[in-house]
Amino acid sequence: MAIFLNSESKVIVQGMTGSEGRKHTQRMLNSGTNIVGGVTPGKGGQSVEFEPAEGADSQAGTVAVPVFNSVGEAIEATGADVTVIFVPAKFTKAAVVEAIDAKIGLAVVITEGVPVKDTAEFFALSQNSSTRLIGPNCPGLISPGQSNAGIIPADITKAGRIGLVSKSGTLTYQMMYELRDFGFSSAVGIGGDPIIGTTHIDALQAFQDDPDTDAIVMIGEIGGDAEERAAEYIAANVTKPVVGYVAGFTAPEGKTMGHAGAIVSGSSGTASAKKEALEAAGVKVGKTPSETADLMREIMQDLNA
Amino acid sequence: MDLYEYQARDTFEKYGVPVLKGITATTPDEAKAAAAELGSSVVVVKAQVKTGGRGKAGGVKIARSPEEAAQRAEEILGLDIKGHVVKTVMVTEGADIAEEYYFSLLLDRANRTYLAMCSKEGGMDIEQLAVERPEALARIPVDPLVGIDQAKADEIVAAAGFDEADRPEIARVLQLLGKLYQAEDATLVEVNPLVKTRDGSILALDGKVSLDENADFRHPEHEALVDNSATDPLENAAKEKGLNYVKLDGSVGIIGNGAGLVMSTLDVVAYAGEQFPGQPRPANFLDIGGGASAEVMANGLEIILSDAQVKSVFVNVFGGITACDEVANGIVQAFELLASRDEHVDRPLVVRLDGNNAEEGRAILTDANLAGLEQVDTMDGAAQRAAELAQDAAAGSARGN
Repeated sequence: MAIFLNSESKVIVQGMTGSEGRKHTQRMLNSGTNIVGGVTPGKGGQSVEFEPAEGADSQAGTVAVPVFNSVGEAIEATGADVTVIFVPAKFTKAAVVEAIDAKIGLAVVITEGVPVKDTAEFFALSQNSSTRLIGPNCPGLISPGQSNAGIIPADITKAGRIGLVSKSGTLTYQMMYELRDFGFSSAVGIGGDPIIGTTHIDALQAFQDDPDTDAIVMIGEIGGDAEERAAEYIAANVTKPVVGYVAGFTAPEGKTMGHAGAIVSGSSGTASAKKEALEAAGVKVGKTPSETADLMREIMQDLNA
Repeated sequence: MDLYEYQARDTFEKYGVPVLKGITATTPDEAKAAAAELGSSVVVVKAQVKTGGRGKAGGVKIARSPEEAAQRAEEILGLDIKGHVVKTVMVTEGADIAEEYYFSLLLDRANRTYLAMCSKEGGMDIEQLAVERPEALARIPVDPLVGIDQAKADEIVAAAGFDEADRPEIARVLQLLGKLYQAEDATLVEVNPLVKTRDGSILALDGKVSLDENADFRHPEHEALVDNSATDPLENAAKEKGLNYVKLDGSVGIIGNGAGLVMSTLDVVAYAGEQFPGQPRPANFLDIGGGASAEVMANGLEIILSDAQVKSVFVNVFGGITACDEVANGIVQAFELLASRDEHVDRPLVVRLDGNNAEEGRAILTDANLAGLEQVDTMDGAAQRAAELAQDAAAGSARGN
């Protein structure tokens, strides 16, 4: 199974003909993702050649991925149900709105630097639609061995039974690496912007419902109160073991730490407040990534015993 | 980007929000001239700082003549308000205030929409009001696709409990503020206080506006609002190089890739530092992003080494998109680049490479045999070593004195 993305997923890439889009489409193909098309307005009818994934039985030497003018055309021709969006920040809103209008099931917005007004608007549009948004400003998600929609390196770890949800990209990779012996059902990078399409709670809910996930790692960081709300949700709804980590214990107040959302203002939003809330909900919280991984390792060993 | 009050005032005026005349001054003489130009029998001299509580700190004073305005400006200029030194004052007309209200429009992260907050009881302690008497603060969600239209403005003024007679004018002003919020890509518009004067007019007497820097591409005019004078010089230098750097007050310089990992690195270094007598702490936040090219690495090292407080540097990279061998080559080239700029890495560097091609990356650094560079394989171990080196350097210089 896995959440949001699996081996059945048919993925298109908006912005595939750009340099980032092309580079990461190749990586996604390499990790076995079923990429069925790209979307670039004005370039419909062309195709882009990629190296075949290792082990693929392609005779041609290269894989040609067709380019469509619109998401709607791509869906009609290929039955795509996931789009990964690499278009520049200026054009991201238009790309997401197009994907929502075309009723795609999942839109993964990798682009960073999207104005929050644009995100607020396309998120509002998505709420009464059939589209789930992930991001923006996120690394996407991977269900190892099945599909990879975004920029998470596929070779860190293998398929397994841990679910991971994180605001941060590199901390996602770090945690996947620490727990590489166990593997993951899905790892979802939800992004660190002030408004994001999929929250910790959405992912926790999906992992709780996923029969192939046994335990969940949740990585948060300072700013906002998403972790506190996730803690409430866990206390009420999640029966699977959850281990947490919060980055930014030593961050000073009033400074933005890279992620637009990672700013501590006043007494709320601190790492300590988040840790307390999570612990009150029965979540074991590690002080460091390695300690967090140790906590999860114990849980997995107990489950496997 | 947070605007100064005078910039917020100008922005309000641009959208037709009623404001008082105001003139900025950086010297007592300018303040005197400003008061004379305003020609009002009473003026207010207000410190321009990007922090709250300036009234309590003595940053807002009334003057009844241009001479007195100069005196008040003399008192306020140079004042330190919560670490912000006052360099500019705004001299405004006095207002004959009958009632003070509160209004703000901001991002509601939890509900992923906009939120309008409005109260009949404005003034200084809106946070306290929100805690003690939440019923006195109306909170109305605002649809980002609609903004504050007539219906929404009517809903807000009714929820805040304004007198029927005042509602139409306040609702008109709220619509203008809503228009400003959307058109300028603001993330916060706050008016505190929004006042009714004795002659019944509504005025925005003080305002805060925060603008979204991600939207700068469609607001070239926002560039003129940037004021770096209050920012740390190293932070400015880093910004010019496109680096995401925040100056902190410790002695262990930090470079990492990815905001979350760097934040985590700060924590791990601070924990490691607790074991040492001098309790070395992180000197900065520096995220060089996923790519970590040689040039970015060199620029990052240069910024960090120009901080005299830095005693050791911890480079913490997880090879994800960029494999560790590329990062290692970046570090080697960064040393060469710095040498070519006549800068040298004169403080110890601890490097931790993990993730993709970690072994190849470590081998490259071992072969390069760079002076002062040592490698530790785990994040915890490397943090420990960097803190130890900072402690040793601090102890050494203390003995040297």
